[in-house]
Amino acid sequence: MTKKKSGSGFQMGTLLALVLMCVVLSIANSNFYSYANLMGILKQTAFNAFLAVGMLLCLITAGIDLSVGANAVFCACVMGAMNKAGVSSGVLMMVVAILAGGVMGFINGTLLTRLHLPHPFVSTLGMKNVLWGLALMVTSSQMINNFPESVQFLGKATIGGFPVSFIVVIVLYVIMHLFLSRTALGRSIYCAGGNMEATRLSGINTANVLTFCYTMSGIMAALGGIVSVGRSGICNGANANLPYDTDAIAACIIGGASFTGGKGTMIGTMLGALIIAVLRNGFALMSIDSAGQNVVLGLVIILAVFMDVVRAGMEAKNRRMAAAAKQEAEEKEKVAK
Amino acid sequence: MGEYVVELKNVTKRFPGVVALHNMQLAVKPGEIHGLIGENGAGKSTLIKVLTGVHMADEGEIYVHGERKVFKNPNESAAAGIACVYQELNIEKLLSVTDNIFINKWTKKGFLLDYEGMHKKAAEVMQSLGQDIDPRKAAGTFGMGVQQMIEIAKAVLIDAKMIIMDEPTSSLGEKEVKQLMQTCRELKARGVGILFVSHKLEELFELCDRVTVIRDGEYIETRDIQDWTNDSLITAMVGRTLENQFPKEFGTKGECMLKVENLTIGGVLKNVSLEAYGGQILGMSGLVGAGRTETVRAVFGADPIDGGKIYIKGKEVHIKSPKQAIAEGIALLTEDRKGQGLVLAESIRTNLVLSSLKRYTTGLFLDEKRIQESGEGHIQTLRIKTPSIDEIVGQLSGGNQQKVVIGKWLNSEADIYIFDEPTRGIDVGAKVEVYNVMNSLVKAGKCVIMISSEMPEILGMSDRVVVMRGGRVMATVDRDSKHFNQEDIMKAAWGGSLDD
Repeated sequence: MTKKKSGSGFQMGTLLALVLMCVVLSIANSNFYSYANLMGILKQTAFNAFLAVGMLLCLITAGIDLSVGANAVFCACVMGAMNKAGVSSGVLMMVVAILAGGVMGFINGTLLTRLHLPHPFVSTLGMKNVLWGLALMVTSSQMINNFPESVQFLGKATIGGFPVSFIVVIVLYVIMHLFLSRTALGRSIYCAGGNMEATRLSGINTANVLTFCYTMSGIMAALGGIVSVGRSGICNGANANLPYDTDAIAACIIGGASFTGGKGTMIGTMLGALIIAVLRNGFALMSIDSAGQNVVLGLVIILAVFMDVVRAGMEAKNRRMAAAAKQEAEEKEKVAK
Repeated sequence: MGEYVVELKNVTKRFPGVVALHNMQLAVKPGEIHGLIGENGAGKSTLIKVLTGVHMADEGEIYVHGERKVFKNPNESAAAGIACVYQELNIEKLLSVTDNIFINKWTKKGFLLDYEGMHKKAAEVMQSLGQDIDPRKAAGTFGMGVQQMIEIAKAVLIDAKMIIMDEPTSSLGEKEVKQLMQTCRELKARGVGILFVSHKLEELFELCDRVTVIRDGEYIETRDIQDWTNDSLITAMVGRTLENQFPKEFGTKGECMLKVENLTIGGVLKNVSLEAYGGQILGMSGLVGAGRTETVRAVFGADPIDGGKIYIKGKEVHIKSPKQAIAEGIALLTEDRKGQGLVLAESIRTNLVLSSLKRYTTGLFLDEKRIQESGEGHIQTLRIKTPSIDEIVGQLSGGNQQKVVIGKWLNSEADIYIFDEPTRGIDVGAKVEVYNVMNSLVKAGKCVIMISSEMPEILGMSDRVVVMRGGRVMATVDRDSKHFNQEDIMKAAWGGSLDD
């Protein structure tokens, strides 16, 4: 059974780019190809990989969620506030964080589908600021540490050096891959992004589909927040301002998703997230400061989008050529008759 | 200088697979209001676009004041003095009236725009058109009538020799129509030629000096208005021979599957009532904008309704969404298949199951094997020409795309199939295959509703016809009634009443 052919060529290219980067970095710096460093990269990837799942769902629907980074930090800060208030159960903290993230995502979805705000770019940008403020409020603008071990486990623990967080990411990505490619709801998400009205008129409740995507995005952000607490040991509301959203978008776009919707895969997104983590790691090893990092990462995102545009243009051209050739052949056939 | 302000001789315009205009003739005198009339798809829009330089004619000549012209783009047509007021007005609602009139023709004083001068001139032009308004106000603050006058003012400002008005009265109230006619007469007195395209016969008789009829892209006839009658105009518009390209088969009339009572949407539909039976095709006839699509969309739950009742198999239903409609056994094959029927970037496989994803789910997952089998089956029975089931739908031809839409709805196993313009833009062979699908549905006892703007199709395939106009049902005609003919159905569609 042949599956979707389109896009796999591009993912091959993405994989190639990742391998190439690793090879270059191994040669440039002897420390890169050490087990510890590679595991460090995976640990770093995990946070962005969580955010990118939600971002991908939203991008497939031709939307966007600019609040994922702020939402992750907010959820971490909610746990911080509980910690400070003397809650001792780590499990309770995580449950509340996931609920909080989900509710924020649900609000994003509701703003879009029930209040009919024009494009999620605006509403989620607004929510980003709201969440940034809330994160600072619940923590009284203070960093909080001393989280229970159970909360830190996900972001900190390793099995033979292999980070648990990345194992969870792999499991999550496999599940999400099956979800997107093999279930009715998953298929509906692609179709809604491809043609919202046709999908609605086919009897699919597109408003609910979109709300689901944004709620999932919120829950994924919360998971990312939990990982971040484990990794750094702290929560800091001021971090809500960092470009986490951009990294998540970049992972999806590098992985083949498109702002026009209907496209994107979990495998591609995973590759995209790895590329970004390898890039950041390479910068650190070669002692390039964050200013230089920002410039290069920005260029990589632009390059990825540009490649998307070029690819779409080439596909359209091929299609036109094929159609023209077909028409010509048919006319010849008619003449022959 | 020739006798005519604008003259078209033997103009032919082809699009891939269609001849839109064939040996078209048109001659408008200065100071004449010239009516242009034809059925939907007769070629009026193409004719206007050739005149305004949007399309270039493949063959034939255009003369302006006896001088041969070739319009490569709209600017060249405008420079020759041809202006057009389109049905959809090109008004920037947030900009002032002055800005709209002077758009791209701003006058300057030094480096800056001379607003004082432009406001004064705009006020003058608008006043000459009978509109005493402040041109500093935003265009959107005025009604449709004034906005249309702004478009006409643009034409006056460039000293247009001929102004084309495309269905100018369709969005105007009674008073505004009177004002527009007055303006047309004043422009006529100034020696401007007006090409007045309208669906409304009474307006043509009231306003025009001569009327030209076109049909199927061909020129039919031009006569002075006193030589036309209502009936002769309609006959000229529809008068073609009916070939038997319709393989109509009859089912047995079953129960009333769908009953609509006094369906109302404010400003769109007024008390629409109709009944559709199993084993029959109910045709819906009428002009574009008669409210047929709006009626079926409302029944399908795609748009909210303001009043009325819907019964399915005798049971009242309250359908609020397409999802609910599908659950009640309704399928709607929309007119705009690219915009509303298909996800073009997805495969045939996915599009075929879009309306029945639940049915193809086993446990948590989609049953790809069953999807594959039924998909291959549809490709075979509907004869969808494609290299594989995984082909992207956007790459198929129009006829094959329509077959994918049909396959999608056959999958939903509905009882009531609504086809909105099912054969528009597809070739003759594919049309017959679509008719055969309807035949087999009817023979299986299903109810088929077919909206069509092609009269031969309506007469060829329908068991009964509902004729609509202006959001109302004008007549219901059975196949064995004496009114089941082109002239009478057309008459009803144009607002006439049918006696018994």
